[in-house]
Amino acid sequence: MFGRHSDLPLAGDATSRFLPWLVALMVFMAAMAVAGAFVISGVIDRWDHDVSGTLTVQVLPAGGEQAEAATDERVHLAVEVMRKVPGVLMVKAFDKKRTLALLEPWLGGTDVVQDLPLPRLIDVTVDANVHIDLAEVAERLSRAVPGASLDDHRVWLSRLINLSRTIQWLAIVVVALIGAVTSATVVYGTRTGMAVHHGIIEVLHLIGAHDDYIARQFADRAFALGIAGGLMGLGMALPALTAIGWSARRLEGGFLPSLSLPLLGYVTIALLPLLAAGLAMLTARLTVHGTLSRMP
Amino acid sequence: MRHRPRGENIIRFDSVGLRYGLGPEVLQDVTFALPSGSFHFLTGPSGAGKSSLLRLMYLGLRPTRGRVVLFDRDIATTKRYELPALRRRIGVVFQDFRLLDHLTALDNVALPLRVRGVRESEIQKHVPELLAWVGLADHLGAKPSTLSGGQKQRVAIARAVIGRPDLLLADEPTGNVDDHIAMRLMYLFEELNKLGTTIVVATHNELLVQRFIHLPRVHIEHGMVTKVREAMEGG
Repeated sequence: MFGRHSDLPLAGDATSRFLPWLVALMVFMAAMAVAGAFVISGVIDRWDHDVSGTLTVQVLPAGGEQAEAATDERVHLAVEVMRKVPGVLMVKAFDKKRTLALLEPWLGGTDVVQDLPLPRLIDVTVDANVHIDLAEVAERLSRAVPGASLDDHRVWLSRLINLSRTIQWLAIVVVALIGAVTSATVVYGTRTGMAVHHGIIEVLHLIGAHDDYIARQFADRAFALGIAGGLMGLGMALPALTAIGWSARRLEGGFLPSLSLPLLGYVTIALLPLLAAGLAMLTARLTVHGTLSRMP
Repeated sequence: MRHRPRGENIIRFDSVGLRYGLGPEVLQDVTFALPSGSFHFLTGPSGAGKSSLLRLMYLGLRPTRGRVVLFDRDIATTKRYELPALRRRIGVVFQDFRLLDHLTALDNVALPLRVRGVRESEIQKHVPELLAWVGLADHLGAKPSTLSGGQKQRVAIARAVIGRPDLLLADEPTGNVDDHIAMRLMYLFEELNKLGTTIVVATHNELLVQRFIHLPRVHIEHGMVTKVREAMEGG
């Protein structure tokens, strides 16, 4: 592909100056979108994995003089109810101290917070292979323990997954748009190049050159420019992704899951320059064939 | 070279008409045939339609009506992808040479071989030989912009004949050179003709035609072929 003979002086064309920069920008944006899609996919998987097989029981605080003791009693009752459910592997109640620790990133650790009537949480681990009638368990729980409710996270998770899937599709649409813009630019650049070199193309045509002989020269040039631009874009994207990852890891509170990019993500991003160059090459080739087909 | 038996028609025009866009017909009811191995002048005043007729012959245009048969192929029914193979059997010397300014003389002459996929070793062997034959052995690496009109013309002729064409079409090949070089070019064409190449030289230089009075001519005026004169006896 490289080093092949070319009869057309394409190196001096305007396309040679702007196409690499455009492809660089496109690859940079595509790398961001692809990285975002992979990270979100990983986050969904981890949430799904973490949440499946777990239930949370929420116990509202009791009122009155002995509120604390009454609440402890409700928690104890709820733990007992849940332990009797077939398929439950572990039941672990969070005491008030642990609940406060969970809320500390949002509410702080002042004494005022300690006086607030906070609901108590019970973490329940179930055997994922055993079917549990959650509606029946929730009913039994609310009858046995006033103010207790069961949450299997499904509603929360499904909404979150829907949001994440939407973002993933958005990333795919962004990559497709980037590809379309790159193609349109290559079409424009190729047609301009063909107009500039019309005289040479006509001579080649008249001495018996097949359309593909001419198209190959434009395609080779587009590929070379695409690779050069793509590598520039990759060179910009990798430090940016590293910086974003580093910033995400520094976030305090731990409410965000780990934003690491899987190996497949890195491989896909590394292939983007090749994909962009391939797209540019194919587009140039088809454009030249389309234009030459109008010659006799 | 795949030269045909002398005498068979290499090219035939039947009632051919040509117009550019919606303009008037620049060629009207052109009918003639050229036998293989012949050498014809295509004569007529400037603007008579010589170049348009040549463009039809080298498949740079398709007729708007009538029938063109080249190498026994009806051009109207020949598929587009089959045309390059026919074009490779035709050598063309354009009036304005149409050399590629960014390429050397050697690369310009090598073009017809490169489009055919001839090996580079063959190109480096044959092209310098031909350029030496047309007197440009010292100008292999010269760009067209550094060559004189006569030198450019010889490069153009070398490019037209490097592929050993069956049919050589030359549009005013002596228009930009002095008499001495014009005669040398004509003798060169005669040598090629003796080797079997059918040759058509378009010219409005009546003096040149008179010097080669033995050659037949196709005469065109106002877009119509007015006479096809056969070779003179004893020519």
